[in-house]
Amino acid sequence: MTDVVSRPESARPRGGTPLVEVQNLKKYFPILEGIVFKKEVGRVHAVDDVSFDIYEGETLGLVGETGCGKTTTGRVILRLLNPTAGTIRFEGRDISKLDPRELRPLRRKMQIIFQDPFASLDPRMTVGSIIGEPLDIHRLADGEKKFRRTQELMEMVGLNPDRHNRYPHEFSGGMRQRVGVARALAVEPKLIVCDEPVSALDVSIQAQILNLLDDLQKELGLTYLFIAHDLSVVRHVSDRVAVMYLGKIVEIASGRDLYIDTRHPYTGALLSAIPKADPVVARATRRILLTGDVPSPVNPPSGCRFHPRCPVANERPEERLPVCSTQEPALESIEGAHVAACHFPLPPKAGAEISGVHLSGGAPSPGKTPDKTPGKTPGKTRARSGGGATATRAAGKRAAKPAGKTTASRARKTPPGAR
Amino acid sequence: MTEAQIETAPATPPGEHLLDVTDLAVSFFTDTGVVTAVDGVSFSLDAGRTLAIVGESGSGKTVSTQAMMGLIPKPPGRIMGGTAYFRGRDLLTLSKDEMRRIRGSEIAMIFQEPLTALNPVHRIGNQIIEMIRSHEEISKKEAKQRAIELLKIVGIPQPDQRVDNYPHEFSGGMRQRAMIAMALALNPAILIADEPTTALDVTVQAQILELLKGLQEEFGMGLIMITHDLGVVAQIADEILVMYAGRMVERGDPEDIFYRPQHPYAWGLLGSIPRVLDEELAEERLINIPGMPPSLQRVPAGCPFHPRCTFRFEPCDTERPELLRRGDHEDACLLDQVAKQAGRAELLGIGEAPKAKPSRAVAKKAGTRS
Repeated sequence: MTDVVSRPESARPRGGTPLVEVQNLKKYFPILEGIVFKKEVGRVHAVDDVSFDIYEGETLGLVGETGCGKTTTGRVILRLLNPTAGTIRFEGRDISKLDPRELRPLRRKMQIIFQDPFASLDPRMTVGSIIGEPLDIHRLADGEKKFRRTQELMEMVGLNPDRHNRYPHEFSGGMRQRVGVARALAVEPKLIVCDEPVSALDVSIQAQILNLLDDLQKELGLTYLFIAHDLSVVRHVSDRVAVMYLGKIVEIASGRDLYIDTRHPYTGALLSAIPKADPVVARATRRILLTGDVPSPVNPPSGCRFHPRCPVANERPEERLPVCSTQEPALESIEGAHVAACHFPLPPKAGAEISGVHLSGGAPSPGKTPDKTPGKTPGKTRARSGGGATATRAAGKRAAKPAGKTTASRARKTPPGAR
Repeated sequence: MTEAQIETAPATPPGEHLLDVTDLAVSFFTDTGVVTAVDGVSFSLDAGRTLAIVGESGSGKTVSTQAMMGLIPKPPGRIMGGTAYFRGRDLLTLSKDEMRRIRGSEIAMIFQEPLTALNPVHRIGNQIIEMIRSHEEISKKEAKQRAIELLKIVGIPQPDQRVDNYPHEFSGGMRQRAMIAMALALNPAILIADEPTTALDVTVQAQILELLKGLQEEFGMGLIMITHDLGVVAQIADEILVMYAGRMVERGDPEDIFYRPQHPYAWGLLGSIPRVLDEELAEERLINIPGMPPSLQRVPAGCPFHPRCTFRFEPCDTERPELLRRGDHEDACLLDQVAKQAGRAELLGIGEAPKAKPSRAVAKKAGTRS
């Protein structure tokens, strides 16, 4: 995240060594029939030939609709589910075929935070023992040492250590999610899979947890796989984002590129569907409404899986559908590390128009009312981020940008407001 | 689209609102103490308009509308005061029977979880038919015809076959469409939608919101949208009511709330959502509101938001702020205009920090808008 000017680098995060390498990963769930003799009558193609890397210290976002396989992907990487095919490398070592005993030491390095803070904590254990349990399992500490570590963890996630004897039901949703975070941190993992960690929480509490995760990442150098259905949350937290549809990855790009240089029509449709928290932009941008529901992963469509609902393919059906419905598009590089799997990708800057993003230094955003003066620009915003690493990151980003040329060339040609 | 049996709602006499709720207060008397769920909420709604009630869980947004609909279990609930006039009658004083006639036929509701709101052992069609026939005397055959038409209006493909399906055969989005069809069955004047899209994927949410907007234009009903999602609000609302701890903290049109928010709680809410619409601000740290909403059994004295407010000053602890009106924009905060302008600029970067000297501006505060 040091250089934004040369595009390829921007999608390539700091560090540069992959912590996790996933290759051709498949996970099929059999559909069984019969009472005594189970017979396989079909397969749910939950994850179907997915490849990507997670670099050390980065946050990779994984988005998609319900049933697209994002959660399954996260669980297969942690080996909570066994892959049907493909390899998963963690720190360069193939872990896809390790047996449970060999896996145990690895579990210390990979942890998970679940969506539902009500269901993921044992109601009969005190918060202190929930957080301390991983220390027992991995025989890392006991007695006084364990107690001290638990207290330290509670403090780290913003819980009052005096409350270690309380039970989960005495805590609110946001507090419980903090307990979940502390439990994941107990064994000092390298990778944390965050499976929809904020979607069950109220907005103001969401912001607290997102900021906490951000702080912890910087403090402890964690790597996150952040799974969520909310593209705006994912954009906010991720260095790179992978978009999944029906068991396949359709696009991977840096958060910025995904929003502004959207290439896959599905990503475009997702972006347009997000409700925009700005009344003027909301009115000015047009929605690409996808018809129907996600097809069944038991019998996914041929060729490109998105073709029956794709607005681009169905815009010129005679010309495009024969290709889209028969040939499966490969995940190909569009520009540097920005990859997309589409025969007819969207033009550059399509995303900015779809989602009404205000490009820095460019044409005035439709969201800007006369009231919203340049008070918005650097000085002010930087001041309020309180000098945290986010501020430095953002500031560095701005500083790295040559003022004139690049920004001007980024200006949107037709602001959606003009439509 | 057939509008055979569906006529538009009768227009309200000019100068009068379709629905007028004033100073509504609801408490629950539980074993562990009194829960003040709603305290002094007022709003009005006109035909063809959308009012969004926004707040976090426990802010009283759902209870306000349920109280109005006579859906509060009593005991433990009790309506402590206020009026809710709908077509010249105060809903809060009506008998159970009178209320039953209004519910569904004149004011309809849809809920967050379409699966729990539909009966799993009855066919979708039969549930709509039952609903129509409990309010109108028409034959089963006619009612079924109407049910098919309604399913067609809400965009369910092959409605004549789908009408015989069970709820589990519908996807989440289709179930919500079926719920909307049911709510529309008797052509209500007001539709209350309680978090109708929260359980749905964004793409389906977009479909449902478009559908609601389209239906509203077609049938001219008033819509009350209860939600915690500011994105949905920006999309659909004509007027926004922000609630906190059972009280109104701010009310205004979308431009007011999003570009000129007056209450620090509204600033916090807006700051809590990632600002993905701006290339530069998308990765900025979120502004979080410290702490969490208070228990409604122990609502703080003075301004209920003061323990979490970064702009509080002495009077906030004891003095309960009144709703202050400037034009059509109301808010309940003790800060003066200059402080609000400064706070908003500091926290959200919206608008300019005030240039005027405080003393002069304070003197002017009553009349001016930011």
